[in-house]
Amino acid sequence: MGWKFRKKKKDIPGGVWLKCQGCNTMLTRKKVEEVLGTCPECGFHFKIDGRRRVDQLLDEGSFEEFGSDVAPVDHLQFFDKEPYTEKLKKTQDKTGLSEAATVGRGRLDGRDIVFGALDFSFMGGSMGVVVGERITLAAEVAREEQRALLLVATSGGARMHEGALSLMQMAKTSVALGRLGEAGIPYISVLADPCTGGVIASFAALGDIILAEPGALIGFAGPRVIATTIRTKLPEGFQRAEFLLEHGFIDRIVPRTRLRQEISCCLRYCTPGVRSAEPQPEPAGEPGS
Amino acid sequence: MADQKNNTGTAKDTPRTGLAFERPIVELERKIVELQNLSEATGMNLNGELKPLQQKLLRLTRDIYENLDPFDVVQIARHPLRPQTSDYIAQMLDEYLELHGDRHFGDDHAITTGFGRIGERRFLLIAHRKGKETKENIACNWGCAHPEGYRKALQKMRLAEKFKLPILTLINTPGAYPGVGAEERGQAWAIAENILAMARLKTPIVCVVIGEGGSGGALGIGVGDRVLMLEHAYYSVISPEGCAAILWKNGERAVEAAAALKLTSRDLQRLGVVDEIVPEPLGGAHRAPDEMVAELKGRVLEAFGSLDGFDTDQLLARRYERIRAYGSLDQQPEAS
Ligand SMILES: [Zn+2]
Repeated sequence: MGWKFRKKKKDIPGGVWLKCQGCNTMLTRKKVEEVLGTCPECGFHFKIDGRRRVDQLLDEGSFEEFGSDVAPVDHLQFFDKEPYTEKLKKTQDKTGLSEAATVGRGRLDGRDIVFGALDFSFMGGSMGVVVGERITLAAEVAREEQRALLLVATSGGARMHEGALSLMQMAKTSVALGRLGEAGIPYISVLADPCTGGVIASFAALGDIILAEPGALIGFAGPRVIATTIRTKLPEGFQRAEFLLEHGFIDRIVPRTRLRQEISCCLRYCTPGVRSAEPQPEPAGEPGS
Repeated sequence: MADQKNNTGTAKDTPRTGLAFERPIVELERKIVELQNLSEATGMNLNGELKPLQQKLLRLTRDIYENLDPFDVVQIARHPLRPQTSDYIAQMLDEYLELHGDRHFGDDHAITTGFGRIGERRFLLIAHRKGKETKENIACNWGCAHPEGYRKALQKMRLAEKFKLPILTLINTPGAYPGVGAEERGQAWAIAENILAMARLKTPIVCVVIGEGGSGGALGIGVGDRVLMLEHAYYSVISPEGCAAILWKNGERAVEAAAALKLTSRDLQRLGVVDEIVPEPLGGAHRAPDEMVAELKGRVLEAFGSLDGFDTDQLLARRYERIRAYGSLDQQPEAS
């Protein structure tokens, strides 16, 4: 079973030429894609989708999606400018995605893992019941099959269209991660820009190892909410990955071009089910890059 | 979704004039009191006039409270005269020994933790505090906790686990505080770690939403084996004002947002988010605080009692299934 996208949609906006949002340089798409969706001039990290994450992080052809049959339900009959069901349909058509999370089995440098990624392009990567369910499934499969869990999170937070049920997904994902941790299975959390609200206040914050991409906005409350509350300008660099590192909440800032090799390195130290420091044999398969 | 500060529940209406929708009740009440005063002062028997008015008051109150709009409920939940943690501590508990230390940074008055007792039942209390008058409101930050508040709660949860004390949490917050210090000290991590801990803690946990159940700030002390909610409390992923500002680009449309969010106790029981609704006195808890406290006392003891029979493994397995089921299609409110 493979990738379930209905049609390809460009995650990085622009045509053959695009403008860096960091330094305003005009760049060719080819140049940007060569360095995994970053700016070769200033290192700015463009938002990329889950499909590209799979290509960048997992061994070629190793990804097998699961949980794709978990479909969104309009539990609340939510309605703002349009019914939530309409909004979902439009978003699915626009993005070619079924929901804001994609999870599955895969291999990273020959190691079997469970992988998941959020898509910011799908309603801001917001977590409703489907995202919560897929992340929870990922944690449960990782536990059952003794595979390390790797999640890439980017999200504006809980999805308000699903009300308190969205909020409860914070508890649901966390309880599954709790059992995963008790079984001695490693969980690596990667934070991409932006990661705020109910996602960072639940599963994204609970990694055994927490890595973040440079410049990623990470925080409980969005900067606009905070600025409105305290009625002052926020300090330069506030809530950026570098700020979080400085305050002790993340373990490393890792440029996208080095992400795969650093995750691979972490996995060499944290073998599922093994809580001692005994050396582990290298797994068979492709050696790391 | 990040909590909004503009929802801190400072009702514009003063307690004396009442909320807009309950003004007819307040006016009638005033008329009755005037007549009673007149009767006392003059010695005249006015029962003939009073009786019909009292009956009318009962009908009117019932009528208004049976047809509350979800946003009315939000306002009742925020009512300044609604019984709060300090009232439940003073009237529901036979003993309370507050324990302050978070062992990290400082004492957050927005959350109180300590040893509590009702009759023979000893437990650890974790509760949001909003404060009653301005000075206290400021000290408690209107119930908006910082990371140190959540870490104090976590520290005491571990204490409870170690000595096999069950935990009671009282939830009443507009949301966790969105500020610079809160972010510097890891608000998201504080909440996430509490949620994780409560999901797996080896002791029974009973949670009660007594007023405002504001988003992650509520859930940060809100994961347990049995979740109760007062009839006119609300529990939501975002404040109606915050939701309206984002989806309608207009905070004034909070009334519509409150309806869309399905944040009332009845909706949440239907959705499987809360296990039990605690009925309020007619006209809301703020009209008869003593009755409210007595009702909740009985419910809390019952809830603890219902968990007595489970050993730790059963308790954790049951809690897992309960949390795991949030949002599943065949979700039915479980019978106790
Ligand atoms: Zn650039």
